[in-house]
Amino acid sequence: MAQVAIRNLNKMYDDVHAVKDVNLDIRDKEFVVLVGPSGCGKTTTLRMVAGLESITSGRILIDDQVVNDLAPMDRDIAMVFQNYALYPHMSVYDNMAFGLKMRKFEKSEIQKRVQDAAEILGIQDYLKRKPRQLSGGQRQRVALGRAIVRHPRVFLFDEPLSNLDAKLRVQMRVELKKLHERLGTTAIYVTHDQVEAMTLGDRVVVMRDGWVQQVGDPMELYNEPANLFVAGFIGSPAMNFATVRITAENGDLWAVGDGIRLKAPAAFANSLGPYTGKEVVFGIRPENLRIVPDTDPAEMSIDAIVEVVERLGSEILLDVAVGPITMVAAVEPTVRAKVHDRLRLAVNPDRLHFFDIERETAI
Amino acid sequence: MATAGAATPRPYVATPRRGPITRLLEDERWLASALLLPTIVLLGLFIAYPFVKGVLLAVTDTKVGIPGKFVGFDNFEKLWHDNIFHVAVYNTFLYTAVTTVFKLALGLWLALLLNRHFRGKAMVRAFILLPFIIPTVLSTFAWKWMFDPTFSVLNWILYQANIITGRVNWLGDPDLAIISVMVVNIWRGVPFFAITLLAGLQTISPELHEAAAIDGARAWNRFRHVTWPLLLPVTMVVVLFSVIQTFADFQLVYVLTGGGPANATHLFATYAYQIGVGTGLLSEGAAVSLAIFPVLLLVVIIQLLYIRRVETV
Repeated sequence: MAQVAIRNLNKMYDDVHAVKDVNLDIRDKEFVVLVGPSGCGKTTTLRMVAGLESITSGRILIDDQVVNDLAPMDRDIAMVFQNYALYPHMSVYDNMAFGLKMRKFEKSEIQKRVQDAAEILGIQDYLKRKPRQLSGGQRQRVALGRAIVRHPRVFLFDEPLSNLDAKLRVQMRVELKKLHERLGTTAIYVTHDQVEAMTLGDRVVVMRDGWVQQVGDPMELYNEPANLFVAGFIGSPAMNFATVRITAENGDLWAVGDGIRLKAPAAFANSLGPYTGKEVVFGIRPENLRIVPDTDPAEMSIDAIVEVVERLGSEILLDVAVGPITMVAAVEPTVRAKVHDRLRLAVNPDRLHFFDIERETAI
Repeated sequence: MATAGAATPRPYVATPRRGPITRLLEDERWLASALLLPTIVLLGLFIAYPFVKGVLLAVTDTKVGIPGKFVGFDNFEKLWHDNIFHVAVYNTFLYTAVTTVFKLALGLWLALLLNRHFRGKAMVRAFILLPFIIPTVLSTFAWKWMFDPTFSVLNWILYQANIITGRVNWLGDPDLAIISVMVVNIWRGVPFFAITLLAGLQTISPELHEAAAIDGARAWNRFRHVTWPLLLPVTMVVVLFSVIQTFADFQLVYVLTGGGPANATHLFATYAYQIGVGTGLLSEGAAVSLAIFPVLLLVVIIQLLYIRRVETV
């Protein structure tokens, strides 16, 4: 059981600055997910924690011990790789036992631990097989088993589910969550899939271009994104954005854009005030738009024309034209909307987001 | 048909009229035979015929210009009592065993070094291949000069370094001669091992080494438990090729010593050449070269069986 601290971590490859001043405190038993698009530095960060990548500057501490110069084996961590990295010439049992053998554990202890892990993961029947005789999901379990038997201080996961098909991925996601609850080992998990990040993480770290964008629990990221990138990255379908100008009329602030004329909620009066007369980015999530009758007051709604109707069963996604831009609205499955229909979409005033157009930060 | 206008599309004909050969080749059995024919002709002409001819020669007493008669196993019996043949057999086994061990060890070491990342890696890899690319006879002549008792650059270096006081007659002393020949063979053979093993190393995912490093395996254990077992199938193939080539080696010894001094460095091939072509005793020469055959056959069978076992496990 361990806490991991990352202090001003940097990684330079020749002329590429891959990881920039990353600071992170991972609590004991916490499941932290690093998420971001490819090339954002999340895997590099993880590999530096593992000791597989040298640290250009900064420090990594596990339980208050600086591990910068410790070899991977001396950090007491276990890692699950994207391609499983199972030893192809060894049986499942030997794959799981290898780490314990290298650490000179008693044979009986090895046997016990491997059996226990195999039971937890439901792979007792495959212990004598070679990795290539297993399906993708089974290999994934063996890779997990190899990590579990070691009882390490920290689990590191490098996109472990990305090679599985969609259905299996959801299933393994749930199992990982259960496993973590059962073992309670501190875990750092890297993924580019924001759904995976949201469902697995106690806290989620969003990264981009080597910078940490925001750290928070999943709902915090969803409800209060710190900037335009996080707002657009977290949530599916993605948040709708439109450029609007802030105007003051009769003591109220209005967000005015092409096809949009919304009264800014009172809560924004202070923060939006300085932007009067300036352009900002306005954001609203698809699920915070709903269809209302034309008689509804226009100050909290947007007029739109339906372009595409995507029926997902549990909900309907409407791609609608608002002036020159397209927005997505997630509406009730009972809605009978057709292409070319004119609709009035009410926005939930508590769910409006505004972003500084230059700095991209939330207002 | 030629009068069919462009305006009226020609009706699709399911089985257009074909010539008799085309129709014959439509049959897969005939097509297969036709495609195999060039290979069969080539193999027959250049492998099977000379081999059969060799076997037939070995059981006669043919000499150059004199068509022989059947003598059964006389030639082989003669070899059985031939002291030079005994030396050649001993030399061939020793030569093959020693050089293969060194080529494998050095080649593997080089391959492991070249598998790392460093500046100018591509250049170094290209240079490593040089001994393999240069025609053997040319490079061996260069070695012959280096071994020359009077002009030897080796002697000069050793003399300057105060390691020797007089001339070392590298190729004139029976023991030194066989060692010298081995050194040249190793020099020439290492690149093949290095490059092939390097190719094998590159098929091993770096993730496996990382996983092993995290699992607690230090460098030697990573090599022993991950690299070596995964490289074994490639290694076996390389060793197999090398053993066959080394066993039948001719050029090196022919150029460096010609089998001397006093027949001390003869191998199967050079001795067969000396008797068969040099002396003109075609049948006895054929018998010598045929004597390699069972040995090589055995080596090939053992190694192929082993490779199959490794690959199916």
